[in-house]
Amino acid sequence: MIEKTDVVIIGAGPVGLFAIFELGLLNISCHVIDNLDKPGGQCAELYPEKPIYDIPSRVSISGQELTDDLLAQAKPFKPVYHLSQQVEKIEKLESNEWLVMTSLNQTIQAKCIVIAAGAGSFVPRKIPIKDIEQFEEKNILYAVRNKSILEGKKLLIVGGGDSALDWTNELSKVSNVTLMHRRKEFKASPDSVSKMLELEKDKKINFLMGQIQNIEGLDNGKIKIVTKDNEEVTNFEVDYLLPFFGLKMELGPIANWGLNLNQNLIAVDTEKFETSVKSIFAIGDINTYPGKLKLILSGFHEAALMAQECFKYCYPDKKNIFRYTTSSKELQKKLTSI
Amino acid sequence: MKILVTDREGNNHVLKGDNNSTLMEIIRDEGVDIEAACGGCCACATCHVYIDEKWVNKLNPKDDDEESMLDQAFDVKKNSRLSCQINLNDDLDGLKLELAPE
Repeated sequence: MIEKTDVVIIGAGPVGLFAIFELGLLNISCHVIDNLDKPGGQCAELYPEKPIYDIPSRVSISGQELTDDLLAQAKPFKPVYHLSQQVEKIEKLESNEWLVMTSLNQTIQAKCIVIAAGAGSFVPRKIPIKDIEQFEEKNILYAVRNKSILEGKKLLIVGGGDSALDWTNELSKVSNVTLMHRRKEFKASPDSVSKMLELEKDKKINFLMGQIQNIEGLDNGKIKIVTKDNEEVTNFEVDYLLPFFGLKMELGPIANWGLNLNQNLIAVDTEKFETSVKSIFAIGDINTYPGKLKLILSGFHEAALMAQECFKYCYPDKKNIFRYTTSSKELQKKLTSI
Repeated sequence: MKILVTDREGNNHVLKGDNNSTLMEIIRDEGVDIEAACGGCCACATCHVYIDEKWVNKLNPKDDDEESMLDQAFDVKKNSRLSCQINLNDDLDGLKLELAPE
């Protein structure tokens, strides 16, 4: 099924969320796509607790508070969020509209695309070993989608954060689990840590201090993992390796859409923030222009100007009358109608 | 202040440091390829470097935040640091380091 909207926003970070608001003021509806399982982008994923001091009028605000407030501000305009998926392909229709297709097979038809993808989408950080691709999906899992395939198998889980510990605790019930981390301290919820230590004491799991050095494929379908702790090398033969090294950001499929790029940033003009392709806009950290500053507040400004140009694509026959939220009865009605 | 950096291809660079900057800022702004995705707030591990042994003890020490963030880096060694957490000062003239892989 194809869903229809005026604008597809790629990226639910602070600038993408504010774009919903600015477009909404002009009666433009939005669908928002993000690869994370929650809105907020870097603010919610990398530094939810860290204070930000340069949002106008906010003396100090945490990444999560900023996200929550932007979500509340956008809510009257009823945005539709498509989370945990990445835009894989876009296609121009004869009507000059766009079809946007995601990794979860969602297809959305829109008049404009607004790329607010920050430093790219968050993907699991991969182990920097040459030719590791041959083992991915087969023996190396960066996420557990189907627990049943791990039953009765020998696993090596690597990492010291919540994902590594939660999966160690969970999978210890059905699999032979070894947890490896580079030190004996963990950055995870105290509950998960004490549970894991208990499992280790009861010999339900093994804990090993070390780091991955190399991975080799074996004829029996398993993999041999060479691990190292200081100078001590240990070899492991396992069915699956589950590395949890957090997330990293990468531009992904956007790089292949024929937009003019400048060092992996999307070149835009400073009047409309439109890319080299008509009706595709780029705002926030992902764009570049002379004098660009990667600040959330610059992204907010870019969102407001972008919306003015989007209006022309969405309502080609209508005149855009500039109105303030302080004076427009119509806008006030919309904004207080939650 | 001179900072000697070996990049991932093994090329050596002599960078001009100053005591208002972090090590990551000098590496990034002088055009050596370092990702530093989070911009210096110790929220990623993409500015990971190996400090020359002779200099390790002259730097401001690692705090818990930095140690936890290094959990997301690969091939972490005793001389591993996140360069965004290193404040430069005149005593560090000649500081030598190597960018970590990835």
